[in-house]
Amino acid sequence: MMTSMQRVLTALGHREPDKVPLFLLTTMHGAKELGLSIREYYSRAEHVVEGQMRLLAKYRSDCLVPFHYAGLECEAFGGDTVFYDDGPPNAGAPVIRRPEDIDRLEPPKVADGAGLVRVLEVTRQLKARVGDTVPIIGVAISPFSLPVMQMGFEPYIRLIYEQPERFARLMAVNQAFCVEWANAQLAAGATAIVYFDPVSSPTNISRELYLKTGHRVALETLPQIKGATAIHLASGRGLAIVDDIAATGTAGVGVSTLEDLAEWKAAARGRFTVIGNLNGVEMRRWTPAQAEDEVKRAIGKAGRGGGFILADNHGEIPWQVPEEVLLAIRDAADRWGRYPLDWVE
Amino acid sequence: MGSEPVPGAEIIPTLTGLHYRYAGGAAGCARKVCSAKGTALEKLASELYEALIALDTPRVTALFEEAVSRRGPILAVEEMMVPALVRMGEEWHSGRIALSQTYMGSRICEAVVDRLLPHGTERYKGLPKTAIAVLSDYHMLGKRMVLSVLRASGLPVLDYGRMDRDELVERVLADNTKILLISVLMLPSALKVKEVRSALDASEAGVKIAVGGAPFLFDPELWREVGADAMGQSAADAVSIVQRWQEGRA
Repeated sequence: MMTSMQRVLTALGHREPDKVPLFLLTTMHGAKELGLSIREYYSRAEHVVEGQMRLLAKYRSDCLVPFHYAGLECEAFGGDTVFYDDGPPNAGAPVIRRPEDIDRLEPPKVADGAGLVRVLEVTRQLKARVGDTVPIIGVAISPFSLPVMQMGFEPYIRLIYEQPERFARLMAVNQAFCVEWANAQLAAGATAIVYFDPVSSPTNISRELYLKTGHRVALETLPQIKGATAIHLASGRGLAIVDDIAATGTAGVGVSTLEDLAEWKAAARGRFTVIGNLNGVEMRRWTPAQAEDEVKRAIGKAGRGGGFILADNHGEIPWQVPEEVLLAIRDAADRWGRYPLDWVE
Repeated sequence: MGSEPVPGAEIIPTLTGLHYRYAGGAAGCARKVCSAKGTALEKLASELYEALIALDTPRVTALFEEAVSRRGPILAVEEMMVPALVRMGEEWHSGRIALSQTYMGSRICEAVVDRLLPHGTERYKGLPKTAIAVLSDYHMLGKRMVLSVLRASGLPVLDYGRMDRDELVERVLADNTKILLISVLMLPSALKVKEVRSALDASEAGVKIAVGGAPFLFDPELWREVGADAMGQSAADAVSIVQRWQEGRA
C-alpha cells in the first residue's frame, strides 16, 4: 500500500495510485477532538498539532492542514479576529478603512506576525511527526482575494473598477506578503501551497476583468512561490476560466459543487489535478448512505486515470459536519476509490 | 402596446424577465400583468440590461429617461428597471454574469432611480414595514445588493445593518416590522435564523422572514430547516418576495 505522499504525488502525475486520494480538510474539528473552544484551540501550536494528528488517525485523510483561519493574514496587517463557538473565525474591522490608506500600506514581515509564526511552528512539528509520508498543505490567500478581508468586499469591488492605481499598489503590497508567507510555509515543511483565490471565480468577476486583474496577479505571484501550488476558488465557479487557470502552471484546482466534475476533468486535459467537489454545506445533514452515494458519484465522474483528489468544494469542512458523516466519506472512498476503477462505466 | 391587464394573475418572473405581474407596492395601485414583450419598452429593457452589465452609467441614464418620458417614472421602473434587475439576478444565479457586475449594475440603477423617481411616502402608506439585516457575520455585500435592487425598484426598506440575534429581534418588535430580510454568508449565521424565527414566533409578531446568501444556495433545504418563509437565490428575488408580502399574499 502506498503512503499518502506516494498516493497524492502519483495522482498529481496523472497516473492511478492504489486508491483515490482523499483530502478531508478538517481544521476546526481538531478543537472538538481536544475538547477546546475554537479560540482556545488556535491559541497554541501544540493544540493544532495534536488536533491534526488525532484527525489523521481517525479519518486517514491523505494530508495534514496546519492552516488556522483566513483572518490570520489580516492580523499580520494589524487587523483583529472575531471568534465564534461554532464556525471559522472572521476578520474583524477592515484594516483599510479608506482607499487612501493603501498609499501608506506596507507588506508585514511574516516573522512579526504572532499567528503566522504559530502556523509555521505547527507546520514544523507536523513535519517532524510525519516526515515525507503525508503531504502537509499550506495555505496563502491570493493577493487579489485578500482585500475582501482587508477592506470589505463592496469597497474592494469599487476600488477595482474606479481606482486602478491604488488597486495596483495594493496588489504589489499583497503580492510581496503572499510570496514571503507561502515560501515561509514551504521552508517550515509544507509540501505545497493552496492559493485561495475566490474573487477570481467567474461567480465574482467576469473573465474579462479577471484577465486584467486576478489572472495577471496569479501569473506574477505563483512563479515566485518555491513549490507546488493548487488554486482554490472556494466554492466559486471556474469552468469559464479553466484554460486561463491552466496557464498559471498550477498543479491543482479546487472545484465548486455547482459545476460538474466530469466537465472539469475533461477540461483539465491532464494539465492539472482536479480537487473536489463534495458539497460541504449539505454534508452537515447527509446520512452515511448519502455520503457513500456522493463519494461514489464524484469518483465515478473524475477518478479514472489519476489527476483527481476527492475533497469538499470549499477547502474546509464546516464545524457542523458530524463525525459519522466524515467516517462514512472515508469508508466510501476506501470502498469505491480503489484502482482500477472497474465499476466505472 | 401588448401590455394587457390580466386581473388575478400571478407574478411570472421568466428567463427574459419581461413577463411579470407588478403590484407596485403602492396602496391603490392597479393590479395587472405587464407583458412588455414585443414592445418598444422591451427593447429598451433589453438595452438597459446590456448597458448595466457593461456598467455604462450614461447609457443607463439615457435609457431610463427615455422610458420615463414614454411611460412616466413609476411605469418606467415597473416595466423596464425591475425586469432588467431580475434578469441580472437570474443570469448571475445561472453563472452567466459575475457578482461584481450585478453589484455595480444595481448601484447604478439605485442612483438613477433615486435621482429620477419622485420621492414621497404617500404611495407607501399602509404597507407592512420591511427591513433587512446581516445576521451575526460581517459580510455586508449581499445586503447592500438587495438594498440597491429594492430601492431601484421603488420599494421602501429599512437598513438594520449588522445585528446579532437578540438585537435584531428587539428592533423588529420595536419597529413593528412585518417583513424581515436576512442576509448571511457563513453557515453558522444561517443556522441562527432559526433562533430569530423562534423568538419572533414567541412574541406572536406575525413577521415573515426571507433569507439569502451562500449557505442557502449550496443547500436548497436549509431555508426551510431554519424556519424562513422564503429564500432568494439572487438579490433581485427580493423584489418579487417583498411585493408579494407587502400585498398580503403568501
